[in-house]
Amino acid sequence: MSTWKSRDCLGLRGVSREEIELVLDTARSMKEIQTRTVKKVPTLRGKIVINLFYEPSTRTSTSFELAATRLSADVIDIQTGASSVVKGESVVDTAQTLRVMGADGCVIRHSVSGTPHFLAKYIDIPVINAGDGTNEHPTQALLDMFTIREHKGPLEGLTIVIVGDILHSRVARSNMWGLLTMGAKLRFVGPPTLIPPGVEALGVEVRHKLDGAFEDADVINLLRVQKERMSANFFPDLKEYSRYYGMNGERLKRTKPGSIIMHPGPMNRGVEITTEVAESDQAVILEQVTNGIAVRMALLYLLIGARDANEKKTETTKAGDTPSLF
Amino acid sequence: MTQLLIQNVRLLEPASMDDRVTDILIDGETIRDIGPSLNTKGADLIDANGLWAFPGVVDIHAHLREPGQESKETIATGTRSAAAGGITTVVCMANTAPPVDSPTAIEFVLERAERTACVHVHPVGALTKGMQGKEMAPIGAMAEAGAVAISDDGCGVMDSYVMMRAMEYAAVFDMPIISHCEDHNLTANAPVNLGKMSTTLGVTGSPREAETIQTSRDLILARKTGAQLHISHVSAAETVDIIRFYKAKGVKVTADTAPHYLTLTDEATDHFNTNAKVNPPLRTLEDQEALYEGLRDGSIDCIATDHSPHTFSEKDQQMSAAPFGIIGFETLLPLMLGPIQQRCGLDPIEALGWITYKSARAINLDAGELKIGGRADLVLWNPDAENVIDAETFYSKSRNTPFNGWKLKGRVKATYVSGRRVHGDSEI
Ligand SMILES: [Zn+2]
Ligand SMILES: [Zn+2]
Repeated sequence: MSTWKSRDCLGLRGVSREEIELVLDTARSMKEIQTRTVKKVPTLRGKIVINLFYEPSTRTSTSFELAATRLSADVIDIQTGASSVVKGESVVDTAQTLRVMGADGCVIRHSVSGTPHFLAKYIDIPVINAGDGTNEHPTQALLDMFTIREHKGPLEGLTIVIVGDILHSRVARSNMWGLLTMGAKLRFVGPPTLIPPGVEALGVEVRHKLDGAFEDADVINLLRVQKERMSANFFPDLKEYSRYYGMNGERLKRTKPGSIIMHPGPMNRGVEITTEVAESDQAVILEQVTNGIAVRMALLYLLIGARDANEKKTETTKAGDTPSLF
Repeated sequence: MTQLLIQNVRLLEPASMDDRVTDILIDGETIRDIGPSLNTKGADLIDANGLWAFPGVVDIHAHLREPGQESKETIATGTRSAAAGGITTVVCMANTAPPVDSPTAIEFVLERAERTACVHVHPVGALTKGMQGKEMAPIGAMAEAGAVAISDDGCGVMDSYVMMRAMEYAAVFDMPIISHCEDHNLTANAPVNLGKMSTTLGVTGSPREAETIQTSRDLILARKTGAQLHISHVSAAETVDIIRFYKAKGVKVTADTAPHYLTLTDEATDHFNTNAKVNPPLRTLEDQEALYEGLRDGSIDCIATDHSPHTFSEKDQQMSAAPFGIIGFETLLPLMLGPIQQRCGLDPIEALGWITYKSARAINLDAGELKIGGRADLVLWNPDAENVIDAETFYSKSRNTPFNGWKLKGRVKATYVSGRRVHGDSEI
């Protein structure tokens, strides 16, 4: 049986196909738990998970919090989004604090790329990256992959189009590593100013116009436009953006039958997506939110629970005791 | 005066391309004689059989961090580190805290060097007041106080008007301008080279055009003003092309690159390795090839370390938060006489030329040669010694090197500055 090899989940770069499949398979059983009347299992009872958010994000931190509590872990929420520039040293201090608190796992979001990697050097408990700067957002990519798999089956060979600000998108970057590993065909669509250099060399197809680039897609993932990018000259204005890169009803009609529309949220309605598209049958945006909890439960279980169970197993094999997971 | 006779040493003298086994007689501060079987009564003897002797290395681009940043390095520790690396002349940049932008500051550095340095130290004066890039610093008075060049190194001079005027004015005092070519509008918040690696790490990338654009501008201005221009730490392929073009037009321009650009690519920054974060950033294999081509055809004149010490806690941060810089004094020679020389396919004596007389000549220093009657600045080198780079043993205060653990060959056996041994192992 495959296992999650690293102690942490810092990104999907370098994560194998088997590991990704393990998370997605585990997430399926976790999703089943959510349909029960009592949506809680004792798997992580007595464990402490720290939610360390240096950047405000109610959606992601709530999703992690729900995931942890459904596994019966205690969650400590530390929101320090107020200070935008957080130096490395204070991350080290935080790591020491977490050790003292007896945390069993740490979920971290930070505006600086590489911060979870940095934190992981200093603590010996699993670190889960909940988004670092413009680098990665692995759990978002995993929930995207989970959602795609539910609708379209195996990821291999599917054509997936990601539209918008790829350059600054950790969602796109994690999706890139994950989807390429899974054998999907990946296409980035956006103005040249928002496409990271060198992605073709990694195996991604790049297009600069949305028209003609989504019609054959099994999945269209629309990224949120950051309005600040406008003033930095990445594109002229929102009106022009929505005209050339926004998914609207007219474009929706030209999508491949059975294709799905995704969005990591929160949406700018009328910019990258119109309400008509967001509320269409093809949109799976709310499912993504539900699946996010399942995927995060799976990851918490694999990193904290399963590891712990394995350790116990080796301790108690003589007694012939097999730990029950759920 | 005590005399020292170094016997049976392989002399490598790049300026005269002299390569032979001989004796060298040091008398006080000078080289008294070079020749076979010198016989001197009363001289201390060194049997240097199997060792090489070459001119003390001239490093025309380094940061000694004093005044103001003594936790990173001081003139004492920096020059001690230089001596351990076989460097006998250090040219130190002006971007200290406060910057060296006045004759008083130049005098301070020289006075500190006089009291605490173990190699020759030549300060560079800032090009603009406070290194703000706005008003010209007192170039004449700094020259008179002992500055050997002017530079706002650490920052690109963004204002073309300021650069042009400084070039015109510096020519009056025969002051070379050392240019740090960087268009900051293109490099904001960019810790690594723009390309596959910046994409892989999910950080902003620094494009080579930031370097080539400013190089072009500075060369255009040098051509107009007749200034003596030295382009430092060339890292990008197109920069070499532009320098080559303007050299052919007769512009008074010289250039250097650093050992790390010749031995590493941006791959070294993977996994957020901040010890490989340097400005300009490490680039790609194609850029590296172009640098070698530039060295071979003389478009790049010499090599300098850009020794940039930082404390452990400063470097131990996220990629975008850590400061730029790699230390270079104690890895220079083993890299030069190892991988760099081999990659060039040249003799050791030619590789040594890039860090001795050619460096000195680029900014008009009288150094980098080993000749009768000249100053006794020299290195004794053991070419056969195994050398595993271990930053913990460095004399520098800082440890920020990406070369830790590299297995190289050759070690400095002893370094002499004006006839005085400033570094050496116990056997000598
Ligand atoms: Zn510089
Ligand atoms: Zn420098």
